[in-house]
Amino acid sequence: MDRLTEYLFPKQVSTFAADIDNLFYFIFYSSIVLFSIVVLGMMYLAIKYRFKKGDEVKLTSSKDHSNFLEFLFFIIPLILVSITFVWGIKSYLQMIIVPDDAIEIKVTGQSWFWTFDYPDGGTTLNELVVPSNTPIKIILSSKDVLHSFFIPVMRTKMDCLPNRYNVMWFDAQEEGVYDILCTEYCGTGHSQMGAKVIVMKPAQYEAYVAELGSDDENIPLDELGAKLYTKKACNTCHTLDGSALVGPSYLQTSQMWGQERVFDDGTSTVIDNNYIRSSILEPQTQIVAGYQGVMPTYQGLLNDRELDALIAFLKSLQEDSQI
Amino acid sequence: MAENQKQNYLTHPKGIMSWLLTLDHKRIGLMYLFGGIAFFFLGGVLALGMRLELAAPGNDFVSNETYNNMYTLHGAIMIFLFIIPAIPGALGNILLPLMLGAKDVAFPRLNLASFYIYTVGALFVMYTIISGGVDTGWTFYTPYSTTSTSNVIPMTMGIFVIGFSSILTGLNFIATIHKMRIPGLTWYKLPLFVWALYGTSLVQITATPVIAITMVLLILERLLGIGIFDPALGGDPVLYQHFFWFYSHPAVYIMILPAFGIISEIIPVHSRKKVWGYKFIAFSTLSIAFIGFLVWGHHMFTSGQSVFSQIVFSFITYFVGIPTGVKIFSWMLTMYKGQVSFTPPMLYALSFLFLFTIGGLTGIFLGAVALDIHLHDTYFVVAHFHYVMQGGTIIAFLGGLHHWWPKSMGTMYNQTVANICCLGVFLGFNGTFFPQFLLGLRGMPRRYATYDQQYAELHNYSSFWSGILGLSIFIAIMNLMWSLRKNNKLDPGSNPWGGMTLEWTHTTSPPHPHNFEEEPVLEHGPYDYDKVIVEPTFKK
Repeated sequence: MDRLTEYLFPKQVSTFAADIDNLFYFIFYSSIVLFSIVVLGMMYLAIKYRFKKGDEVKLTSSKDHSNFLEFLFFIIPLILVSITFVWGIKSYLQMIIVPDDAIEIKVTGQSWFWTFDYPDGGTTLNELVVPSNTPIKIILSSKDVLHSFFIPVMRTKMDCLPNRYNVMWFDAQEEGVYDILCTEYCGTGHSQMGAKVIVMKPAQYEAYVAELGSDDENIPLDELGAKLYTKKACNTCHTLDGSALVGPSYLQTSQMWGQERVFDDGTSTVIDNNYIRSSILEPQTQIVAGYQGVMPTYQGLLNDRELDALIAFLKSLQEDSQI
Repeated sequence: MAENQKQNYLTHPKGIMSWLLTLDHKRIGLMYLFGGIAFFFLGGVLALGMRLELAAPGNDFVSNETYNNMYTLHGAIMIFLFIIPAIPGALGNILLPLMLGAKDVAFPRLNLASFYIYTVGALFVMYTIISGGVDTGWTFYTPYSTTSTSNVIPMTMGIFVIGFSSILTGLNFIATIHKMRIPGLTWYKLPLFVWALYGTSLVQITATPVIAITMVLLILERLLGIGIFDPALGGDPVLYQHFFWFYSHPAVYIMILPAFGIISEIIPVHSRKKVWGYKFIAFSTLSIAFIGFLVWGHHMFTSGQSVFSQIVFSFITYFVGIPTGVKIFSWMLTMYKGQVSFTPPMLYALSFLFLFTIGGLTGIFLGAVALDIHLHDTYFVVAHFHYVMQGGTIIAFLGGLHHWWPKSMGTMYNQTVANICCLGVFLGFNGTFFPQFLLGLRGMPRRYATYDQQYAELHNYSSFWSGILGLSIFIAIMNLMWSLRKNNKLDPGSNPWGGMTLEWTHTTSPPHPHNFEEEPVLEHGPYDYDKVIVEPTFKK
């Protein structure tokens, strides 16, 4: 069974994962029994009563019901689905009743990245850090369209709605880095809207949260920019190698530094610090020709030093590529 | 008499206008059939394009935008232009009056109007494709659909229009079944396909208005900015989901009930055996149609609806499962002490039993709330509904097509080729969709254009077999078409399977333009293989 579970499912990390997998096995084995009755019965009857070449066309049996069999076919599935129903509800209640001592983390979905707000301040993008063996309450919402927050190893997911909060929780039993996926279709970048959940020992978690944002003060701007490039999910839509994804590549923009950029309404502007700043904060005002205006605003998500850092990082790409 | 026998609805009257303005239910049915098959082909090509993109993890073949357009159009075309109209519109139209001993449906002009409304709806969909497509998914969830820049309005307009065709066909069939039966053809002597069409029609006329209203509200929200569904305007996106699934879950029964009807015809005829549990099959059709209206919330287990709703919807969902399960056993037991022939329609019916059972049983997994939360919107769901829609409805449709082809076209296809294609469809289908259950269990979300390396092997396998599936269906259809070549006519008196319903016993193949030369007199029930011997006759 363990090897089967390993093959069929992602790791069991949350407290309720094993219970849900067992519910799966209960339905699975019941289904195999019912399926075998249908398929073996069908094959047996079809072969046993097959019409062979040379057989005579005859009147056949008038038997068309059997109260005993019908009762059996009614009652066996009824018992099995009743157990399934009750088990499904019991496990479900366990999945939605959040323990009182849970740590609350706010998760916001936005096309196409995730923002995580921790209880004592501090924000991360596309990286959810949680302590192990501690209940975590996730409060979900969306800034634009519907998203759905899915952590396969925790066996739980919940939709993110733009007009109300949804809640889910889990308690991770094992340290590690696991996938987070968006499972409600949200447009062009839907399949790239992934993130990671990093489960740490509680002491490490405390240290991590305390340090969030503080070490950024002391590193050079372009290095900070390189960090923000992945941390703030710029990499979901902009590459560094010149190839176009949802948006133009940073490398291309960097190589065009000081030159004209043409927009979809026919106007153009010179690529400089101000252009980069406004295209991060007000991305909808000028859409580069050939692309769609789908980038969300980063107003409030980046401070001035972080904006400077991203600009410095972008400029540095051109120098790197010349070497 | 000899002169009269040569007259059939295909050749009399002649001329293109006699087809376009025909009031003959059989001709209208054929036009639906060829329209439906054309859209089936288009939807299939889109599906194969998607499988090509998904054969490897990255964006190897198309971009995200193109992929999103492809899967939206695949779903919308297959559901709204093929599956929903094809069985009632094509097979239902051709067969219903024949099975009742009637000259035509109750309202022949309305019937033609239904077909043209369907055509207009299809034109809207074609316009959507030509003008750049739509990328919202066939579900049109708000607020993405109210803010997307793609062509949401023509597409939803098309669905709105097609809805009327569906409603009018349903209305027509209900009136026909009530009023056009020949004397002596009481409710319990009706072929089960008629019962299935009756249940389907009830759902069509009661559920379709809801999708029509929903689509209109969506269009109004986009055009005029009234806030119904978009929270930015004061609306509620979950309200949209309730509206949408209040139609779209019953729509599943619009799709599957006619398939049940076809299987209930094929198995007794090709087993030459009285159908097992006639009354149970007949009444469970109606009860499934009714209960189908009360389970829509199981599409929304992760939307954040109340715990009470979750429990109620899960509970009622299982009530649909039980009668469906008993039906499957009834079809299986129909073969008991019969004379089973492995003809192409029978092989499709046996495939149906195998595949639909998997489709039904995997529904049990999804009905359990706790497990559904893990599986919701993953490939497990994709595999499940393809086992129901394709493994169920489309396999039954192909079976029905092979069963009634000699009746409606007066020709016989190559049965060996048809059997091989059926096997190819069966293997290709399982090869394509079974791995998707595993993908879903491992957490692969649906509607992804690219995916993580860990899912690559199963996706690759699925893509390979989808080619076999597509090819087999294509050859199966071509095999049918090839039978239409010159000098391949069957003797008009042929009854190749030994069918016992009126369309086999009282009219020619293909039927007379007015169905029957004189009003048929009912001599026996539809499945009285224990009382009357009907020899299969098959002459060129």
